[in-house]
Amino acid sequence: MPDTPTADIGVELRDVVKKFGEVAAVDHVSLAVRNKEFFAMLGPSGCGKTTCLRMIAGFERPTSGEVYINGEAQGATPPFERNVNTVFQSYALFPHMTVAQNVAFGLEMRGVAAPEVKRRVGEALELVRLPHLASRYPKQMSGGQQQRVALARALVNRPQVLLLDEPLGALDQKLRKEMQLELKSLQTQVGITFVFVTHDQEEALTMSDRICVMSQGHALQVGTPVEIYERPNCRFVADFIGETNFIDGTVSAVNGDFATLKTAAGMPVTGRIGGGPDARPTVGANATVSVRPEKITLAEKAPESGVNAHEVRVFSVGYVGSDTRVVVKLGDANIDVWEQNSVSTLDPNYFFRPGETAWLTFKPENALVLTS
Amino acid sequence: MTQATPSSELGWKRHSKPLVPYETSEKLGRFSLLAITLGAFAFLYVPIIVLVVFSFNSARTGAVWQGFTLSWYERMINNERLIDAALKSLVIATVSTIIAVIIGTLTALAMERYKFRSKGAWDALLYMPVIVPEIVMGVSLAMFFGLVSGGVKALVTAVTGVEPEVADVRGFGTLVISHVAFSMPFVYLTVRARLADFDTTLEEAAKDLGANEMRTFMRITLPLLAPGIISGALLALTLSIDDFIISFFVNGKGWNTLPIYIWSALKQGVTPEINAVSTALLLFSILIVTLSVVIQRRQQ
Amino acid sequence: MMQRFRERPGLRLFSLMLPGGFWLIVFFLIPLAVIGAISFMGRDDLGSPTLPWTTDAYAQAFDPIYLQLFLFSMWLSLLTTLATLIIAMPVALFIARMPKKWRNLMIFLVMIPFWTNFLVRTYALLFLLRANGPMNNILMGVGLIQEPISLLSTPFAVWVGLVYGNLPFMILPLYSSLEKFDWTLIEAANDLGANTVKAFFRVMLPLTAPGLLAGSILTFVPAVGSYITVELMGGGKTTMIGRVIATQFGTAGNWPLGSAMSLILMVIVTLAAVLYFRAGRGERMAL
Ligand SMILES: Nc1ncnc2c1ncn2[C@@H]1O[C@H](COP(=O)(O)OP(=O)(O)OP(=O)(O)O)[C@@H](O)[C@H]1O
Ligand SMILES: [Mg+2]
Repeated sequence: MPDTPTADIGVELRDVVKKFGEVAAVDHVSLAVRNKEFFAMLGPSGCGKTTCLRMIAGFERPTSGEVYINGEAQGATPPFERNVNTVFQSYALFPHMTVAQNVAFGLEMRGVAAPEVKRRVGEALELVRLPHLASRYPKQMSGGQQQRVALARALVNRPQVLLLDEPLGALDQKLRKEMQLELKSLQTQVGITFVFVTHDQEEALTMSDRICVMSQGHALQVGTPVEIYERPNCRFVADFIGETNFIDGTVSAVNGDFATLKTAAGMPVTGRIGGGPDARPTVGANATVSVRPEKITLAEKAPESGVNAHEVRVFSVGYVGSDTRVVVKLGDANIDVWEQNSVSTLDPNYFFRPGETAWLTFKPENALVLTS
Repeated sequence: MTQATPSSELGWKRHSKPLVPYETSEKLGRFSLLAITLGAFAFLYVPIIVLVVFSFNSARTGAVWQGFTLSWYERMINNERLIDAALKSLVIATVSTIIAVIIGTLTALAMERYKFRSKGAWDALLYMPVIVPEIVMGVSLAMFFGLVSGGVKALVTAVTGVEPEVADVRGFGTLVISHVAFSMPFVYLTVRARLADFDTTLEEAAKDLGANEMRTFMRITLPLLAPGIISGALLALTLSIDDFIISFFVNGKGWNTLPIYIWSALKQGVTPEINAVSTALLLFSILIVTLSVVIQRRQQ
Repeated sequence: MMQRFRERPGLRLFSLMLPGGFWLIVFFLIPLAVIGAISFMGRDDLGSPTLPWTTDAYAQAFDPIYLQLFLFSMWLSLLTTLATLIIAMPVALFIARMPKKWRNLMIFLVMIPFWTNFLVRTYALLFLLRANGPMNNILMGVGLIQEPISLLSTPFAVWVGLVYGNLPFMILPLYSSLEKFDWTLIEAANDLGANTVKAFFRVMLPLTAPGLLAGSILTFVPAVGSYITVELMGGGKTTMIGRVIATQFGTAGNWPLGSAMSLILMVIVTLAAVLYFRAGRGERMAL
């Protein structure tokens, strides 16, 4: 994605704070969502995702800071005057209206002429593949169908931004996977900015153009899925997205983009310096090396290069088909190693066994040094 | 819809500027809700509070405060006719409530747990006493008991050969019968609502554990229904003690209930003593409300 | 015995239904049939009903004087229902939006008048408004009036009395349907471009209709047949159908006419109730 020209920003939060009583649910959050982007907000429960969305929609007003839609400061603009629509987590379908009436509601409120309403409702239901259920009531439909009605009801208004609060949260695993694909292709089709809240990292990674990771009211990192996974800017993000191993120590050397740590047991570990351009570790400071399990290899013999090579004891071995998950002991620490089963074999000697010793290595460019 | 539309074509007009800013009108709305609520509570409570205050006023007539006194309460306690009426009300309420609760609960069980052909008709019949105006129920019961009295008279004449001077069935019995007739449907509705929420797997579990029908009912069904039954009983008790119109038509000589006493006293003129009695009744209601609230709390 | 019961659910049902069925048929339905019969009788000089069957009483009941009375009673009850609705809706809304702790207290305060003796409450209003009552004193005290004025014995006074008496019966059902109301639906309506007023009429009102209908029935039905309120607040000058029925069985001594009027009144409230159930069923189907 090209560098952000400001004209391309659809929604922006500038230094937004939202307090409920004394507690700050959203704490100085600034972020910009580009037009036609699939933008995910990801974070553990209670981190303030819904609150952010509600401030964009206009249900809550920021305690301080400002929400901009299309470059316009929203101030006290009520939700019914914002060019934004929401797909609620509970869908919030009007139970006393049929599917068609639900979908038509927004257009009617905007004073669209009846024939036009009819045509656009038809199109919208077509889009979510539910035209045959137009005269049903919400109660008479499955969760997945209700979800799609909620989607059609919002999309029919062609909002500039569509806000989705865990829209797939109530669906079972299979339906969820299906809807993820459908939602993604729908977004490309209609070309509307999607701001998507989820606490499912896999969902965020597969669907989004960019992700904002939140924790305790703070927006920790905004980036593409690859950036978020490969270059987490802090320990929390590294830990929250995917699996990782942390090796703690003190910085013993800094060399260009790389830094070397010494663990408590005196073992040297080297990795790429992470955590943004201004995060330069200094010698003697505490730091952590984060290295993902799939980026570590185990060998029976000592490797030629001595960097990040340590002799370890195999603690447990778990075969999960696509790979073998080995836990090894590096000093006191448990290190997860995922070895891809790229060879088809029935030979038990191919696998490590608990109690064996092995050599662990990973390349410094595959590990990140994070200062906290 | 399949193509991206520039937002100027979205059919989305920014509404023309409203007369008052949105936030102001929102505040105004909330303020008027508050004002109406306060007004409504004042409307409900001012008359009651004034009544209570004046029950302690030493002036016999007029509405000028002339000092605090408890003498009206003293007179109330020493008023034999009044105490007699209150006791009669209590007895009638107790007896009719017991009967109404038993009958109402049995009916609720039948209506909720069984399917039968005439169920729709029974549903309607059980609702009717709730909506038929009291005055209609009062006069119809009066006519009915009058007819029964005539029948009794004819029967006595036929059997003994002597025509009795009076043969009036009206009295304690007719009061209780009538009170059960109008309060039983309320018990029924309350208990049935509770039964509808009943988790029948609990009963199945009890039977699975070896309890027979009777023991299942006594040990599982009844205790779980209890809050509904007690709510219904409190309702029946209040309805019975409060009833004036129906009692007025079926009471018979010497069977004046408390509301009938208050009514006839009122007809003779407003006295501070009535204020005292009313205050006592108000206290009784507050007690009942508190009880029913406590029961509801425990239900949850 | 238990054995028999278990094998024959019909027998069990019969014994459960017997007491309630008996009571309602003998002490509710038959008495209504009795006045039904009386309404088709004539009357002798002493006022007792006589045969042969006749529809005279009904002819009399539809006499313009009484017809007007029916219409007036229905009109006043309708106005009462409207007024209680207009007051109760904001009150119920306000309470439903309060924090839980406050909500319970407010509802407790509504329940007290709900459960208080109707006669006592109407008397309290009478006491406040009567000729030399506190209200007149206050009005004279602030100099609005020179001498006591009559605040009673007018249709307006009866109307105030009916609204006063029935207000709790409107607030409670409205509140209980508002309490269950899912407020995100209002947010959804706002989100789709409905302002507060539109969201209220298009979403909240239809969805709280069951409570609204229940409250309306609970107000309209007692109002149209009211006796205590007319008698106390109307002071004999303003009268309604319930009071006229009572008079027919008392001083006027015209049982057939009283019975005919009772039956007409019953038809009116039954129609109202049927309308309610129809509407209620429609609602429930959708929900
Ligand atoms: N109306 C409110 N009043 C008080 N506190 C609130 C309110 N709404 C949210 N909060 C608090 O603000 C914090 C953030 O809430 P929010 O709903 O935004 O979290 P979330 O990230 O959406 O969580 P989840 O994944 O569970 O939906 C929470 O601690 C919550 O308790
Ligand atoms: Mg949330």
